[in-house]
Amino acid sequence: MNLEFIESGQVLTIGLKGELDHHSADESRVMIDEKISKGKFNKIVIDFKNLDFIDSSGIGFVIGRYKAIRKRNGVIEIINANKKVRKILDMSGIGKIIEIK
Amino acid sequence: MQNNYVIFKIPSLSINESFARSAVAAFCSILNPTIGEINDIKTAVSEAVTNAVIHGYENIVGEIEISCRIKGQVVEIIIEDYGCGIMDVEKAKEPLYTTKPELERSGMGFAVMESYMDEVVVLSEKEVGTKVIMRKKINEK
Repeated sequence: MNLEFIESGQVLTIGLKGELDHHSADESRVMIDEKISKGKFNKIVIDFKNLDFIDSSGIGFVIGRYKAIRKRNGVIEIINANKKVRKILDMSGIGKIIEIK
Repeated sequence: MQNNYVIFKIPSLSINESFARSAVAAFCSILNPTIGEINDIKTAVSEAVTNAVIHGYENIVGEIEISCRIKGQVVEIIIEDYGCGIMDVEKAKEPLYTTKPELERSGMGFAVMESYMDEVVVLSEKEVGTKVIMRKKINEK
């Protein structure tokens, strides 16, 4: 999976490209959390536009980033979730704590 | 169609999760599934293989055997590891239950398998291993 970071003021947008599973989540979370800890972000936007696959490890990954930004009193948002991605997001009930657009 | 199958083994490295689900999905394409059906199979396989990598073989690398059989319009996928086994299968199946929250596990693996496939059977024995049998009917087009 490839990550694309776009910083705009206090908003960090993370574009995920490829497949989000246990393997890629483990690789990516270190990079993202380092970015969060170094910056002064109060909002993280996760862009799923170019994501081809996600399983429950991806849900754990999103919740992990939610916790990381919450510690800094920030919020998280998911954008561009396609039908496949939406199915597992809906099943997880993650929409109750994270806004999905 | 004649009884058709594929069987392969992989070491329990997380990098192989992607190959395992893609290989099963490619084999199942014989039945001309929809994109949704293929995605369901890929996701369920990914969950079972990830479980074997993380929980079956906790800190060691072992072998995972994956077999996929086509019986008429039904796909039967078996994912087997020879690892530590699951102490309490019913507990493990409970949504959001995980023994590894520190690894950001969502505890949804079995719930996803059960929701995305028609049937999921889990056979596990301590110190012997775990076998997950999943079946899904692919609708005839």
